[in-house]
Amino acid sequence: MEKTNRETLIEVKNLKKYFKIKRNVFVQAVDDVTFDIYKGETLGLVGESGCGKTTCGKTILGLYDATDGKVIFNGIDVHSLTPEEKKDFTKKAQIIFQDPYSSLNPRMTVGDIIGEGIDIHGLYKNKEREEKIFELLYTVGLNREHINRFPHEFSGGQRQRIGIARALAIEPNFIVCDEPVSALDVSIQAQIVNLLMDLQREKGLTYLFIAHDLSMIKYISDRVGVMYVGNLVELTTSKELYKNPLHPYTQALLSAIPIPDPKMEREKKRIPIKGEIPSTINPPIGCRFASRCKYVMDICKEAMPKLVEVDKGHFVACYLHHKEKAN
Amino acid sequence: MESINNIELKDEIFERVGVDKELSEHLEKPSLTYWADVWRRFKEDKLAIFGLILLSIIILTILIGPTLSGHDYQLINASIKDQSPSAEHWFGTDDMGRDIFTRCCYGGRISIIIGLICTAVMFIIGSSLGAIAGLKGGWVDNLIMRIVEIVGNLPYLVIVVILTMVMGRSVFAIVLAMSITSWTGTTRMVRGQILQLREYDYIEAARALGADTKRIIMKHLLPNTLGIIMVSITMSVPGFIFGEAFLSFVGLGVRPPKTSWGALASAGQQKLLFYPHELFFPCLMIVLTVLAFHLVGDGLSDALDPKLRK
Repeated sequence: MEKTNRETLIEVKNLKKYFKIKRNVFVQAVDDVTFDIYKGETLGLVGESGCGKTTCGKTILGLYDATDGKVIFNGIDVHSLTPEEKKDFTKKAQIIFQDPYSSLNPRMTVGDIIGEGIDIHGLYKNKEREEKIFELLYTVGLNREHINRFPHEFSGGQRQRIGIARALAIEPNFIVCDEPVSALDVSIQAQIVNLLMDLQREKGLTYLFIAHDLSMIKYISDRVGVMYVGNLVELTTSKELYKNPLHPYTQALLSAIPIPDPKMEREKKRIPIKGEIPSTINPPIGCRFASRCKYVMDICKEAMPKLVEVDKGHFVACYLHHKEKAN
Repeated sequence: MESINNIELKDEIFERVGVDKELSEHLEKPSLTYWADVWRRFKEDKLAIFGLILLSIIILTILIGPTLSGHDYQLINASIKDQSPSAEHWFGTDDMGRDIFTRCCYGGRISIIIGLICTAVMFIIGSSLGAIAGLKGGWVDNLIMRIVEIVGNLPYLVIVVILTMVMGRSVFAIVLAMSITSWTGTTRMVRGQILQLREYDYIEAARALGADTKRIIMKHLLPNTLGIIMVSITMSVPGFIFGEAFLSFVGLGVRPPKTSWGALASAGQQKLLFYPHELFFPCLMIVLTVLAFHLVGDGLSDALDPKLRK
């Protein structure tokens, strides 16, 4: 539990992001999420499609304006910056995208794509800039000769590495990895994840790693947050989460991880979830998992459970465990 | 099978090849820029190349034609009026004895210049408004699109007649009259493109890197819409040439002694029964130019469409 003594890099406080679709109709993509990211750690964020993981990551970077709440990065509020401060902030926090095909401009050479951040912030010029780009290409396992190539000439994995090089070019402290491997095939996934972990070790980076692949998250993360329909339902160290999941949703989610052993896989007990995911347009007042939870109680439908620390460093938003603590 | 089974597999008979790290990421295909690739596909289209050659010939003729023929386009000579084509006057002469070939060249300059200027005005106004509408969205988008609807619904001929009456029959008046309503289509097209493009992650990546709106438009959005804009440009130049010809034909075009293809055709039309060549040659020039632009535009739109990439 030495994690708690660590320096906090980012504090996310009651972050909300609603998207307006019509007058008075909002999609509540991220609703009241609170967590910290410590310096030098990898915080994994898991959840099913459409639960707000990506929106959460992009709002933390200020790519979306927050509807409510705060994101404090190194003591400064990301959403109330002047244009100059904002530019300065972009130098410290970067993002790697999910789809390597839409994240690179097809009309720019690889050198210009990687060098874009360098140009925007005026970090290096001419010869130095070129040297820096060569160095970055080498870091992500590409060659000098790729500098004048165009994105369409590369494979998915190579393109993803170009995306990583672009994010690294301005030497950020913090990178949001928005499902960086889910569009790639498995052998390439390992390559990219290992590259990311090596880079973290060398440069002391902090990651917010968004994914829906639970085994991947277990492998790369120090701590893991589980999201469900815009809420953070459980947050703890990855060891603890996989050993002792508390929230019924997390339990069901973890039981769905396939085991690479046919015998064990057959005998494994799955926890099926029945029912529909509630809509994010008009979510229920109480716990959002209540309609599908087999432990559902009356209180679950009345008020949303808060994220409470039930064990040291183990946060969960579920009345089942709140009670235990009260007793 | 047996012979294979008999071979003893020892470690010594294998040689470790290993992986050459440099070669594993090597790209075999020669590097092609986007426009080099477009040109490669354009070249394969025979009709488009024919159009390009035809267009070059027409433009060359217009530029050096008057020098070759050695006649002045506004010199009136009553003794040689209404002559048929001959070695001296290649396209014949008109009712004032002026050389029609030379007049076609001068008229062509004005027609094509009007076509190009109108297209440039249309492109600049249309694409910048479209880009702003698409990128900003919200009330800015709403405002621009309502203006587009209003301007697009103004009756074109009425505006042209009023403008030429107020401003006189000058080239400037014609350009203004034709481009004042023409940009709406471009605005719609560019806006649609930008709406599509701005969803791409590379726009978001640029924003995350701290790029401002100007940089995003200039470096990311416009280069990616340029293909479609190029096609629209080559397709609208003949439209404007036609438009100018039509206005001149109904008597709203450039004032003599200046001339254009439309004005020449209009003058020739009065002599159609007796001297058909006076109508035929200006019309031929218009038809060939419009055809050439359309062929090039067609070839370009095929060459620029990545789905047709071979």
